[in-house]
Amino acid sequence: MTQIVNEDKKNELYAFMDEVSQERRSNSYLIAVLHKVQQLYGYLPQEVMDQVAEKMEIPTSHIWGVATFYHYFNLKPIGKNIVSVCMGTACYVKGADKMLLTLKKELGIEIGETTEDKLFTLQEARCLGACGIAPVMMINGKIYGELDSKKTVDIINQYRKAAQTDIE
Amino acid sequence: MAEEITISINTKEYKVASDQTIMQAADKLGFHIPRLCYHPKLSIEGACRVCIVQVEGMQNYVASCSYPISDGMKIHTNTQDLRRARRDIIELILDNHPLDCHTCERDANCELQRLAASMGIHARHFEGEKKHYEKDLSSDAVIRDPDKCILCGRCVRMCSEIQQVHNLTQAYRGFSTVVMPAYNMPMGESVCTACGQCINVCPTAAFLEKNYTQDLFEKLNDPDTVKVVQFAPSVRAAIGEAFGLAPGRNMEGELVASFRKLGFDYVFDTQFAADLTIMEEASEFLERFQNNGKLPMITSCSSAWMKCMEQFYPDLIDNISTCKSPMSMQGAITKSYFAKKIGVDPKKILSVAVMCCTAKKYEASRPELIVDGMRGVDIVVTTREIAWMIKSAGIDFLNIEHEEADHPLGMSSGAGAIFGATGGVMEAAIRTAYELYTGQTLVDIEIEDIRGLQGVKEGRLEIDGQEIRVAVAHGLGNANNLLETVRKDPTRYHFIEIMGCPGGCVGGGGQPYAQVNAIPLDDVALKKRAEALYDLDRSKTIRRSHENPDIQKLYKEFLQRPLSAVSHKYLHTHYKAKMPVGIVPKTERGSGV
Repeated sequence: MTQIVNEDKKNELYAFMDEVSQERRSNSYLIAVLHKVQQLYGYLPQEVMDQVAEKMEIPTSHIWGVATFYHYFNLKPIGKNIVSVCMGTACYVKGADKMLLTLKKELGIEIGETTEDKLFTLQEARCLGACGIAPVMMINGKIYGELDSKKTVDIINQYRKAAQTDIE
Repeated sequence: MAEEITISINTKEYKVASDQTIMQAADKLGFHIPRLCYHPKLSIEGACRVCIVQVEGMQNYVASCSYPISDGMKIHTNTQDLRRARRDIIELILDNHPLDCHTCERDANCELQRLAASMGIHARHFEGEKKHYEKDLSSDAVIRDPDKCILCGRCVRMCSEIQQVHNLTQAYRGFSTVVMPAYNMPMGESVCTACGQCINVCPTAAFLEKNYTQDLFEKLNDPDTVKVVQFAPSVRAAIGEAFGLAPGRNMEGELVASFRKLGFDYVFDTQFAADLTIMEEASEFLERFQNNGKLPMITSCSSAWMKCMEQFYPDLIDNISTCKSPMSMQGAITKSYFAKKIGVDPKKILSVAVMCCTAKKYEASRPELIVDGMRGVDIVVTTREIAWMIKSAGIDFLNIEHEEADHPLGMSSGAGAIFGATGGVMEAAIRTAYELYTGQTLVDIEIEDIRGLQGVKEGRLEIDGQEIRVAVAHGLGNANNLLETVRKDPTRYHFIEIMGCPGGCVGGGGQPYAQVNAIPLDDVALKKRAEALYDLDRSKTIRRSHENPDIQKLYKEFLQRPLSAVSHKYLHTHYKAKMPVGIVPKTERGSGV
């Protein structure tokens, strides 16, 4: 099953690279191709960057330079749930740094890392545009506001419970 | 022809050609604008901002390396404000630099240090957070120290533009930017070919050769070993520069005498093995040529090229000559023929090679080169390292009485000497191949078509009514361009010489750093080093490898004949494809990246 899924992803990626190879100066489409990789795999796996290098005839070192330059690209596998803590000015003033500490402790990971059970990835975000309910965090695009330590842990536990139910 | 326009520099007017940058025009008029990331052979990066000048009517200072001149432009290169701005830029670079100059290997050879001095920086005004990374010591040849790096990007451009190896990149961003191979691979596992050109162009000590001088000093004091040294042709043509001499002086006599003073028991010359290489390689070529073997045959003397070829041209492995490099042939003969001659157990021999090259350190460790369970060469040091050792041991190099190398592995023909210059191996091979094939002596032995610094050189000659087409490339980028041609048109050439470094071995990654006010890998210096070797060739009575009496004796007493079973055991090797991380792009697209 996994193999079929991976084969599908690979086919989709190669179809996309075939498409951009028709363009003039096709190697300038590298960022678009890396976006595609991240969309398919959730991050940029090394073996897939190697495939991109070969197919697009771009040195791997150059791809690595681009991949590391943009914070958007994940270089490691990410968890099922992406937790982004807003560190914008308003949230920060309202104690976002304490919220971040709580999350680091609760999840046992640092920013940019993923929990061992692959359930959570912790990220920092700039202003999420929800200053009125600061401090906020976002999980998979959903905003949670007016956080304190207890509320934050409760929310995390809800996601843990949901994952447990999924398995059962 | 570019039109002539008028510009003014520091209030004086000059008439100059219009198709230039401010820096180029200023250089020709005798104004040396300070610079750091600029290198004339590399693309313009404009990253360091050290070369800023003031142009009247423009709000901000402009980087003179990248800004084109225009008619009526009024340029100032040395106002007080400008001097202050430049000094601030250097101070900000220094702020994120270790400032351990007195213990740094590039002390007194560092462009940043010289710039700081020329800006009159005598106190520190900025003090902030400094980056810190582990040194990458994984490679046998090239070590990487990101703490010393000032992100000028010369190494990255050298590696991708001139060498087209594309091993290095500037990864991450802002304060966290680091020059590294793809995926932050250790240098020893990356596609690095160990050519060492990053070291040559680095203004600081962010790249260095792995240093074996302490190890060697220690072993030179071991009374139980027989200490044997060999030295490459190009070492003698360049080492004078490390002692302040102008490029192009042949220091062979001084080197031999210094080796003896350092404690070596036998001083041999890699040029002897160059003659030996020619015997084998010319025979191998003729064998292929006459018996429909795989052509074009490609030379295999250059260690950086060996690694490059195994990684990027696995399809051409059958085209590569099976001959070991002169260094490895010399090592193998030292531990067999020579050991027997002096009645010493070869395991008691310390075989040292002094090379113009960093990749030779990698080559010496190749398991494919082991014969009878022994490496041919135990320690490789570069021209830079041996220059330091000579100074450190208190040897008066410049005034020492000249001495000659020992027999039986120290005598060479003129053909062996020119190995160090691009085209030299081909020229030497032709001198011998011609005679082996026709039985007649080639009279006109100086083959001008394949000399000089043109990237890819072609030549033709007739041997017994048959045309032989040869090509020569120096620098891995030029090699890449040439081999793309070979892939498309495999019958275009019969014989190809490839050297990994610009100019051939004379421009090797282990050669002395550029002198004060000189540019690394300056063409004039490369030409002068090569000329020293061509002069050495002309000064010799014997100029063809097969006429070297010690070579003839070696075959008579030990090897029997070229390509014999004994020769194969000691002098030949094999290659295998290696899967690298990272690829060389096709040339027509690579430049656009």
